Amino acid sequence: MATVTLRINGANRSLEVDGDTPLLWALRDHLKLTGTKFGCGEAYCGACTVFVDGNPVRSCSLPVSQVGNGAITTIEGISGPEAAAVQQAWIARDVPQCGYCQSGQIMSAIALLKAIRKPTDRGIDLAMGGNLCRCATYVRIRAAIHDAARALGG
Amino acid sequence: MLRVPSVADMTLVRLLLSVFGLSACLVAAAFGQSPPSDAVARSVALFREAGKVLQHPRCLNCHPVGDRPTQNDTMRPHISRVVRGADGHGPPGLPCSACHHAANYDAAHVPGHTDWHLAPASMAWAGKSLGAICVQIKDPARNGGRDMAALLRHVSEDSLVGWAWSPGAGRTSAPGTQAEFGAVMRAWAESGAHCPPE
Repeated sequence: MATVTLRINGANRSLEVDGDTPLLWALRDHLKLTGTKFGCGEAYCGACTVFVDGNPVRSCSLPVSQVGNGAITTIEGISGPEAAAVQQAWIARDVPQCGYCQSGQIMSAIALLKAIRKPTDRGIDLAMGGNLCRCATYVRIRAAIHDAARALGG
Repeated sequence: MLRVPSVADMTLVRLLLSVFGLSACLVAAAFGQSPPSDAVARSVALFREAGKVLQHPRCLNCHPVGDRPTQNDTMRPHISRVVRGADGHGPPGLPCSACHHAANYDAAHVPGHTDWHLAPASMAWAGKSLGAICVQIKDPARNGGRDMAALLRHVSEDSLVGWAWSPGAGRTSAPGTQAEFGAVMRAWAESGAHCPPE
């Protein structure tokens, strides 16, 4: 165990944790930021997606020791025009069904819209292909991303 | 019943072999080829040895034909469904670095490196014969613009190439060591860099 300081959602948070602990468990178990979900634990499903320095990252495959000085943003800390547009579109389209995967879906959708202002269907499929949804809300997710892109002027 | 050949028999055999050998050389010369030699055979044998690395799943998985990498020793299509993207680092919104971080992380069974990415499409090897890979790897238009010196540096020193010998738990390592692989490739280059038939 060691004391690790992580910069999360704009604030420094210190915790006693083994360096080999997945960031996901540091967030959920130690810091109680449970909006980020555990799905597979092997970076297959995308439910645990957070941002590190603005880039999408599967927090289950990132040990705390490799985070370094990266600024972590979780679903609880997202902000900005892309986040607002995605949130609005998700509500308007009533995207979630069970909702379990949706925080990861939303993080990836925001990352996509930061990278491409007006993604095509194929661009959406390629970017979102790493986020699984057992309720198969994929069609609504794609439509909501198009809506969000339009709202952003794309 | 076996018969011990006489001196006359052996002389005839040697004569026939000489004539056959000369004919083969003349035919090869007529087609603009160099006659086969021990030196060429040695060079080809060296590349075949290097091929044990080049055609290993640790290398082929990220030198795919097509846009999608493969994974594991079975070389199954990569899960999640990911593609090369414009620069080999994945498409916008889903870069390789989303899952593959700075180092292997055995707890999640995810391999890692600071520059994890796919080889360019021009450097696709999967499914190709060793002879085809040999011709390709010497061609700067299909090897990332490398002359032989740069190619040898790449295989000997590039740390992403070196990952093939430190692949993390659950993955077989490429044969030998990166240093040995580099030495075999260097010996191949110094022997004339001859290729197996395609």
